[in-house]
Amino acid sequence: MTIAVSILPRPQLTALNGAYRKAVARKRLRFALAAAVFVAALATASFGAEVRLGTLIAHFGNFVSYFDRILTLEDGTRVWTNFTEWLWGWRKWSLLLGETILISYVGTLFGAVLAFALNFLAAENTAPALWLRVVVKRLMEFCRTVPDIVFALIFVIAFGLGPMAGVLAITIHSIGALGKQYAEIVENIDMKPVEGVRSTGASWVSCMRFAVLPQVAAGFASYTLLRFEINVRGASVMGFVGAGGIGQELVVAIRKFYYSDVSAILLMIVLTVFVIDIATGWIRGRLFGKDRRA
Amino acid sequence: MTKLPTPDLEGLRARFPGVFGKPLSVRLAVPALMLGAFGIFVFGLVHLGFSPARMLFGLRQLGWIVMLMLPPDPGSSLPLYLKALGETLSIALLGTTLAAVFALPVSLLAAKNIVPSNIFRFPVRRFLDSIRGVDTLIWALVWINVVGLGPFAGVLAIAVSDFGAFGKLFSEAIEAADRKQVEGIRASGGSALHEIRFGLMPQVLPVIAGQVLYFFESNTRSATIIGIVGAGGIGLQLAEQIRVLEWQKVSFLILMILVAVAAIDWISSKLRFAIIGRRAVV
Repeated sequence: MTIAVSILPRPQLTALNGAYRKAVARKRLRFALAAAVFVAALATASFGAEVRLGTLIAHFGNFVSYFDRILTLEDGTRVWTNFTEWLWGWRKWSLLLGETILISYVGTLFGAVLAFALNFLAAENTAPALWLRVVVKRLMEFCRTVPDIVFALIFVIAFGLGPMAGVLAITIHSIGALGKQYAEIVENIDMKPVEGVRSTGASWVSCMRFAVLPQVAAGFASYTLLRFEINVRGASVMGFVGAGGIGQELVVAIRKFYYSDVSAILLMIVLTVFVIDIATGWIRGRLFGKDRRA
Repeated sequence: MTKLPTPDLEGLRARFPGVFGKPLSVRLAVPALMLGAFGIFVFGLVHLGFSPARMLFGLRQLGWIVMLMLPPDPGSSLPLYLKALGETLSIALLGTTLAAVFALPVSLLAAKNIVPSNIFRFPVRRFLDSIRGVDTLIWALVWINVVGLGPFAGVLAIAVSDFGAFGKLFSEAIEAADRKQVEGIRASGGSALHEIRFGLMPQVLPVIAGQVLYFFESNTRSATIIGIVGAGGIGLQLAEQIRVLEWQKVSFLILMILVAVAAIDWISSKLRFAIIGRRAVV
């Protein structure tokens, strides 16, 4: 069986082909221009960031052998052949990891409570006054744009060395990040229950409590758990600036070239982060079903 | 009028215990959970050395520091700071680009619809997870050991830690792509590479571009902090000025960071809309 493919008459075809080529050419030109701008930006950036490919290539062996070195014990054997020697400090490190988790827990909880108090003022549909909303939003923006470790640096000077500075830094950062996410959830709610409650003459607080909160509680909890996970990672480096947790040990090990200790501590951090990831994922799944993992 | 029969309350209660009173275990679950959470919180406060006296002292100190910060003033080092800011932006741009370039091929290996074999995919995914588990600051310390102090170490640190994140995000985007276009390519006789190039890439590239731009934004923030361990950029200046208690300069540097991040936010959201069009709104 033959199939007749209908071919347009030639003049019509040339016109269509011409239009197609023109469209494609315009697109290609646009793409080439964007690529040129991008490459120019990259070139400027590599000048600014003092990229020295020579150094990188000359020392790349160092990078690879660094991993070789951190996986070797002092007597020259591989770390996994002698666990007791490799993880000699596991007791001390576990305690410090526990402190790290505790720092992020307390910080996240503090931050979540404060963000909870503030977010209703920042959401477009529940804010009682425009000026208040703008002020609260700017405040949150400030809290989350300044990196938490910068806050930690300042708090270490104000509150003294120790985990307290780390907790407060994480608190401030969580207020900013959670406040924004909470407010976004609140902005997406169904407003009918709120109108219903307001029509009974309820105050603003009662509206929030009985109409908004039941709709957003699950989302809030989910975001808080995610933030906790992120904060555990953040807290693991708080020790770099003296704000408590495992970071202090790690930075000492790296700077003093205690190679096998570096890999041991890194292994413990990565394992802890994995466990926390899986645990919070499991809790989120249990609380809200699989579809609310976002 | 007929009288309604009185319901057999006892019988109903016996048959539907859950309606009349939830079992104690269910009713107590939420308060118990909250109590537990609060218990850990209090333990944490005590263990981490919180006390009202320390808190008050610290707040008073903090008040002083804030007073000393005003007004922000760069002194005579404004050109130096501008150069450092440029360095930070360069670190973010280069690091993000490098990470994206290297992550794209690896993410194909980690995607379920490209590599169906679990044995092959699992190690790739765990590898990406481990890279992500290590913070950027730690990578910066490692790279400083390799290429020495300076912004280049920062570029490599951001590239490595983003490589892990991008690998995961890209592979998720690839897995979410529509199967039909790939099948179309195969039906017309395309090879496996053709399937990826013409079936998958047109679908995933806009998503990937959006993610890369988003990371560029967040890397501007990360690039400000890796300076704290000596990997160049504005963080180096910031950490130094905090250590020598030059609070006016500190507040000026923080302001500079805020302005720069806001500017990058603005530019990249414009670009995102230009690249992925209306879909970004949904």
